[in-house]
Amino acid sequence: MTIAVNPVQTGEPVFYLADEHPHPEGYSTSLGFWIYLMSDCLIFAILFATFGVLGANYAAGPAPKDLFDLSLVAVNTSMLLLSSITYGFAMLTMQQNKIAQTQMWLLITGLFGAAFIGIELTEFAHMIHEGATPQRSAFLSAFFTLVGTHGLHVSCGLIWLVTLMVQVWRFGLIEANRRRLMCLSMFWHFLDVVWIGVFTFVYLLGVLR
Amino acid sequence: MSPDLLKLIFGRLSIDSLPLHEPILVGTFAVVALGGTTLLGGLTYFRLWGYLWREWFTSVDHKRIGVMYMILGIVMLLRGFADALMMRAQQALAFGGSEGFLPSHHYDQVFTAHGVIMIFFVAMPLVTGLMNFVVPLQIGARDVSFPFLNNFSFWMTVGGAVLVMASLFIGEFARTGWLAYPPLSNIGYSPDVGVDYYIWGLQVAGVGTTLSGINLICTIVKLRCPGMTMMRMPVFTWTSLCTNVLIVASFPVLTVVLALLTLDRYVGTNFFTNDFGGSPMMYVNLIWIWGHPEVYILVLPAFGIFSEVTSTFSGKRLFGYTSMVYATVVITILSYLVWLHHFFTMGSGASVNSFFGITTMIISIPTGAKMFNWLFTMYRGRIRYELPMLWTIAFMLTFVLGGMTGVLLAVPPADFVLHNSLFLIAHFHNVIIGGVVFGAFAGINYWFPKAFGFKLDPFWGKLSFWFWVTGFYMAFMPLYVLGLMGVTRRLRVFDDPSLQIWFVIAAIGAGLVFLGILSMLMQFAVSFLKREQLKDVTGDPWDARTLEWATSSPPPDYNFAFTPVVHDNDAWWDMKKRGYQRPLTGFKPIHMPSSTGTGIILAGFATAMGFGLIWYIWWLAAASFIAMLAVGIGHTFNYHRDFDIPADDVIRAEDARTKLLAGAK
Amino acid sequence: MSRLKILALLPLAVALSGCNYVVLAPAGDIAAQQRDLVIISTVLMLLIVVPVMALTVLFAWRYRQSNTSARYEPEWDHSTSLELVIWSAPLLIIVCLGALTWMGTHLLDPYRTLGRIHADRAVDQSKAPLEVDVVALDWKWLFIYPDYGIATVNDLAAPVDRPINFRITASSVMNSFYIPALAGQIYAMPGMETKLHAVVNHAGTYKGFSANYSGAGFSGMHFNFQGLDDKGFDAWVAQAKSAGGSLGRADYLQLEKPSENEPVRRYGAVDADLYRLILNMCVETGKMCQSEMMAIDAKGGLGHEGLNNTLPLAYDKYARRGTALGPEPTFVAGTCTPDAPQGQTTAAIKAPLDTAPLLGAGLKRPTFAPLKSSSFFLGQRPKSNS
Repeated sequence: MTIAVNPVQTGEPVFYLADEHPHPEGYSTSLGFWIYLMSDCLIFAILFATFGVLGANYAAGPAPKDLFDLSLVAVNTSMLLLSSITYGFAMLTMQQNKIAQTQMWLLITGLFGAAFIGIELTEFAHMIHEGATPQRSAFLSAFFTLVGTHGLHVSCGLIWLVTLMVQVWRFGLIEANRRRLMCLSMFWHFLDVVWIGVFTFVYLLGVLR
Repeated sequence: MSPDLLKLIFGRLSIDSLPLHEPILVGTFAVVALGGTTLLGGLTYFRLWGYLWREWFTSVDHKRIGVMYMILGIVMLLRGFADALMMRAQQALAFGGSEGFLPSHHYDQVFTAHGVIMIFFVAMPLVTGLMNFVVPLQIGARDVSFPFLNNFSFWMTVGGAVLVMASLFIGEFARTGWLAYPPLSNIGYSPDVGVDYYIWGLQVAGVGTTLSGINLICTIVKLRCPGMTMMRMPVFTWTSLCTNVLIVASFPVLTVVLALLTLDRYVGTNFFTNDFGGSPMMYVNLIWIWGHPEVYILVLPAFGIFSEVTSTFSGKRLFGYTSMVYATVVITILSYLVWLHHFFTMGSGASVNSFFGITTMIISIPTGAKMFNWLFTMYRGRIRYELPMLWTIAFMLTFVLGGMTGVLLAVPPADFVLHNSLFLIAHFHNVIIGGVVFGAFAGINYWFPKAFGFKLDPFWGKLSFWFWVTGFYMAFMPLYVLGLMGVTRRLRVFDDPSLQIWFVIAAIGAGLVFLGILSMLMQFAVSFLKREQLKDVTGDPWDARTLEWATSSPPPDYNFAFTPVVHDNDAWWDMKKRGYQRPLTGFKPIHMPSSTGTGIILAGFATAMGFGLIWYIWWLAAASFIAMLAVGIGHTFNYHRDFDIPADDVIRAEDARTKLLAGAK
Repeated sequence: MSRLKILALLPLAVALSGCNYVVLAPAGDIAAQQRDLVIISTVLMLLIVVPVMALTVLFAWRYRQSNTSARYEPEWDHSTSLELVIWSAPLLIIVCLGALTWMGTHLLDPYRTLGRIHADRAVDQSKAPLEVDVVALDWKWLFIYPDYGIATVNDLAAPVDRPINFRITASSVMNSFYIPALAGQIYAMPGMETKLHAVVNHAGTYKGFSANYSGAGFSGMHFNFQGLDDKGFDAWVAQAKSAGGSLGRADYLQLEKPSENEPVRRYGAVDADLYRLILNMCVETGKMCQSEMMAIDAKGGLGHEGLNNTLPLAYDKYARRGTALGPEPTFVAGTCTPDAPQGQTTAAIKAPLDTAPLLGAGLKRPTFAPLKSSSFFLGQRPKSNS
């Protein structure tokens, strides 16, 4: 490890930057946001683990096959997947600097997202109405919490989306707004990936069990 | 007013919630109220509010935030230590039919609060504060990656502390032990507000901690000055990086497990209940998946501090830098594979228990290597016994003992006889006080001159040191002994009179530690009064080795007038050795983040929301949540969060330093 | 630094004045073996801890600034051979300790049937082990002796040199069952069963207590454990028998209510099925037993019909169990009529499959598989050697 440094050999060493440029704004943002997403991912990981542990404790109540309506969930899944695609389009048009089109795609994304939330709430309401409340069994507690946490994330995403649309509308596709759209894009796709996990492990495997 | 209306407005908060029947609490309240009024009155009289708000509360400067974390940690240390004194006194008195002076309702809160406060609101702020202050300076950066987030994180930590403190006078704190195991902590067995204070205090503070972790990782990864490769980072920065990785990878687990407990308590779900298929064991697993890394979150930065201190005061390069770094990384990874050793006695079976026992022991290998590295840093050095080095030596002698008992407890059959005993209490105080607290004190004494421009008084510092060290041994060695006598923790009264002597010795030890704390406060006061005598004009009072000593003490807002370029591990040592000349001309405007009050406002609403949820004051919770959302969104509409420090200001500051340096010679 | 050393030794000096180091001088073989592990591990670690502490003091003294005669090499920061030593020395110790741990943990697994009753004595196969069912209540201990049909509160006795098989559960919150003189502790958890196998070698009275904080009355939750000779034990049993009183379901529900510093109580007769009901949390009539619930769950639940088989919770240990935002508390009703013998329903259902992923190898969820249905109704416990 000893680095023999000899000023005579290396010449006059430079100890500071005489002519520096500050880091561009948002220099660390994508890394920071990515780390945040990973911490969020851990939240879902724990909820999945919880569901894995408690998912078969029906407390002599209903099991997934009694409760889940796979066709409805399939529609719901397609809503979220489509919203990811449309968000992709929004990002493409953003790169081409087309404000109106970006806004349109963002709006469509938001509508798909809202439809997803709407369907999910209908499903919840139906289950609770039947008596399959989160209090009925550990399985239902884990189910409502895992799916509900995802839904809560999507809802936050929607609020964020609307905020960004207002900001794009008022300030245009400036650098800061592009960066924010990029972050929301990561967030939105992340939720999509999590949902695929939910769909597979909670719904499909639940009904198969 | 009708009871319904009262309930709507105040939830379950009523005049009965105030502990007016507890003379100890009323007395404490009187003292705190008096002290608080004096302080607030003083601030008002000297018209300091505007100054505090502008220069400190809304500041996004990592140095100021670091200092505020330290102040929070020291203030909370007083509260946590008061709890410790009460426990020691109770256990020393409650013999031979005596009930002591604390009823179980109070005593059980005291030991819960002691644990929660010491870990979350003393050790965490002290460690976070040091990282916040030192890391950007050590890597030659001007601030952290997300300065606003830094301010927000700090105020969230304060918010959590405020909630925990509020429980002292409004309602009560949890009576569950510091990790609040269900079913005891569930609504059926703890229907009062105590556990809710616990949950929301930790949730609010936890958000802050997680965000500050993300922030510091980004800072270390992205903002290192040119030439500072990963393997040229100072060891403290390395340990900070690993600690923050641990924070980000473990605090979400705490968030979830507390959220699930919240759901159990508020809406009656069945995660951790006995009935309906819930599993309390899952809580124990999950909370320790957070809890064990938490131990390393606290101790790794302390290891970093000791590395810096040993190297500086031995006047020598750190021995085995590379192996030090790898040891840190190995500890980081392994800390996730050991959580089950906290509950071998839950009956997981011999193979599972031995697996976790052996992984735990494996951690002692890199830790042992670190110990040797410090040892061989001292070897053939020229050791100066300034205060930070004294704390380091005390750490080395104390920590090996704690480590040894720790490995002993990692042997499952040995744990069966020592688990939950006072031996365990002695063990973890041995590593936390011997490691984290001694580390924090070494750090405080080491970096204080950097933060304030004058050294800490050595006389009161040494007094504090000796009181702490002797007090620590007197307080905890008896607990080891009691553990071997089969005495378990959290007992309030005792039957066997032969045990009393040990508890009395321990209480005297706690008293010595109390003198140590008082001497430390005295040290701060005396040093402030003698600040001209103790002044550090060079910016490098210890003849130190890393970059933070290259700038003035205290550093200017912008840290470095020119971003440094690094060629060696010990960057500043290298610069001094090769005749570095401080630049005197060519200053330019420096781009810096501006202060904002959004962080404190958001955290204030979060705290109010927590309070509303604790007392079932639903309107307050909802209103605070909406306000938080509104302020948060409103903040994103502010696109102008930076400003330039004009070149004239930089020149003025740097010229002043030039004069100071000239005067010193 | 020498002051530190003296202070560290101070407790040892006082210790010689004679105190009861029960962990280091236990009366049971299991605890004695655990003690041996404590001592061996400590000695093994001292091999490295003592040199480290000595070197610390030595280096701290020798390389002090004022000692200018000591060598000073400010640039010396690496030595491959030294690095090898500082990594391999702890590694070697841990390898030894790890091997010791693996063997010791398996040998001293509390679930393992005893192989010996003392270092030089094998288990006497002619004597059946003593069965004791332990229930941690708020805040006292209930011991049921199924072979003798008696039960006690806060009083435990066992014959010397006869293996004891504890089955341990709790009524409400987590406790830890610990008799330091006898054997290491194990958690007592509601709705779950842990086990402990131990033997006491010396007659005497020892302390037992809960080693896991469980609420307000925790400090008073202790009992005496007596190691008795066979005659003494028979007398002890007879004493309990003659105490009269019986512990049925209704009595248990009274007993279960929180109380502190309970005196010793003895019951001459005990409901033979009580422990199973406590373990399955269905002492209250009409409440579905955990074992039954788990058997149903293993078959896929009760479907939509199961949604309505909850009843409002009438029985309540504490003031309230309901939550602020949730519905009124309920419990799952048994599928048989409330006061019918519980055996009729439970016996018809097959033993549940192992559905418990997080429990680890040793910890069994409550099952009723070990009980043969014939002996089950008679309340007798099947014994391998009877």
